[in-house]
Amino acid sequence: MRARRGYLVGAVCVAICAVMLMPLLMSVLASVKPTAEAAATPPTYLPHSVSLDSYQRLWSYQQGLPTYLWNSLGTALLTIALTLLLTVPAAYALARFPIPGKEVVFVVLLLALIVPYQAMLTPMFLMFADLGLTNSLFGLAILHTAIQLPFSLYILRNSFGAVPRELAEAAIVDGASSWQALVRIFLPSTVPAIVTVALFAFIMSWNEFLGALVMMSKGSKFTLPLILAAARTETSLGGTDWGMLQAGITISIVPCVLVYLLLQRYYVSGLMSGATK
Amino acid sequence: MGVAAKPVEAAVYRSRRAGLVGLAYLAPALAFVLVFTVYPLGRMMWMSLHNWSLLTPPVYVGFDNYERVFRDRQFWVSFLFTLKYTALITPVLIVGGYLLALLTAHNSPLRKVTRTVVFVPVVIGLGVSSLLWYWLFSADFGLVNRALVDLGVVSGPVLWLGVDADTSNFAISASVVWKVIGFGMILFVGAIQAVPTEITEATLVDGAGYWQRVTRVILPLTLRTVLLVTLLSVIGSLLAFDQFYIMTAGQPQNETATSVFYVYLNSFPYLKLGYGAALSMVLAVTILAFTVVQLLLARRSEV
Repeated sequence: MRARRGYLVGAVCVAICAVMLMPLLMSVLASVKPTAEAAATPPTYLPHSVSLDSYQRLWSYQQGLPTYLWNSLGTALLTIALTLLLTVPAAYALARFPIPGKEVVFVVLLLALIVPYQAMLTPMFLMFADLGLTNSLFGLAILHTAIQLPFSLYILRNSFGAVPRELAEAAIVDGASSWQALVRIFLPSTVPAIVTVALFAFIMSWNEFLGALVMMSKGSKFTLPLILAAARTETSLGGTDWGMLQAGITISIVPCVLVYLLLQRYYVSGLMSGATK
Repeated sequence: MGVAAKPVEAAVYRSRRAGLVGLAYLAPALAFVLVFTVYPLGRMMWMSLHNWSLLTPPVYVGFDNYERVFRDRQFWVSFLFTLKYTALITPVLIVGGYLLALLTAHNSPLRKVTRTVVFVPVVIGLGVSSLLWYWLFSADFGLVNRALVDLGVVSGPVLWLGVDADTSNFAISASVVWKVIGFGMILFVGAIQAVPTEITEATLVDGAGYWQRVTRVILPLTLRTVLLVTLLSVIGSLLAFDQFYIMTAGQPQNETATSVFYVYLNSFPYLKLGYGAALSMVLAVTILAFTVVQLLLARRSEV
């Protein structure tokens, strides 16, 4: 009886994995179909032969894949850098220093949690246009940092607060300044939280769509999701280039899945402490 | 002097000067939030009271924009469609996510792998997953129709997207369930694993069956997480944009244009900035109501 139930659970697990992986697998397989087969109707399930035609067309589509990859990657790296530069010192301050009105300041810093950026895009766009930050990777990274800041600050503040007091005190008795204590004691002790913050910033920025759609109007500044969404409607006269679209989807997905699989425990722990508190 | 025991530490973290040093560490983040979150919020409130279309200077119109919002047929179409989408997808995400969590909460290798696999779509972009499902649901080129025709479920290709609002809603909800169900599952797994084993074992001794244990012990003890995930899902669904922009572009006749989509249409292609800001404010207040409930729930459970 018990054993039979074990098999049943196992079978259900395998079936669920199959259902979840099927769409991804089908997309990857469709991306290596030869041009004619990728446009066939009705579509074939499995490629009859393997070809990298779709990737080749994507490579030279419009401004070329390297441009879009760089736009996405550059924005994501800038977002990580900005987020950490702002939130690490702020988390240190909130966790360790006697700042007057600390609770109020913390609420102001978390304001973006309460007002979603989707509802603030109009004034943000106008402001960014005034500052010359539209069609700029740096500008988009600022928007992504504003989105990601509350979560990052929350995670880091908890992590800085959890560093044992004696550790910092020992360093300071040895003559370290608060800055030296930050670099020598706090940063090494909060590496997991810093990795979590960087990981979430990367995945959010790499994937974010609406903000990029609003801020980037020049084709040469499109991120990967933007150029793919554009390619969906305006490929060639023959209609959507499905094979190329699948190649683009595959390339967008791979970095996210890789960093997730490599850093899974940071991701899950960040989610648990960030979402349920 | 109570602090005399550790005078050096006190000087760095507890003195009057320490407050100023702390403020210096805090200043960049605070300035950033004031400039890039607080200021746009204020400007949005101001804009919503003006008539403004980039081409002409803004004219103060009081609450006219808000009055127009409530008389605007498309605003209600968008708002009700967004509610309908939220009502359709939320129960599936919560019940489905919870069942998946019950299935995979134990730490056996197969269950851990299942958890990891179910979570994979959560980390890919909603825009990209929408493009993927746009292809799968495509009438002539999609594998969904191919499989349904081969299985004899339908006689010819179904027009899933952009022709009928309800059919589109169903197809898009299915794609989003695939994309985000792992999010709730992971949080539910955390909550279920935190249920003390003595409690579940005590009910085993009492001879309670599995489902009795779930409904009488596990579910009540994880109810707070269920409520929080429900609220997070509701807020996420009320802010839906990517999936509709990509999969239906609001078709047919803007019937599947969600609230955020309608804000986007007014603010950007139509450049009715004041009106777009008023729509944004209505949206922000709606979301705020849900967020307040969420914060109250979170606070109460910390005690």
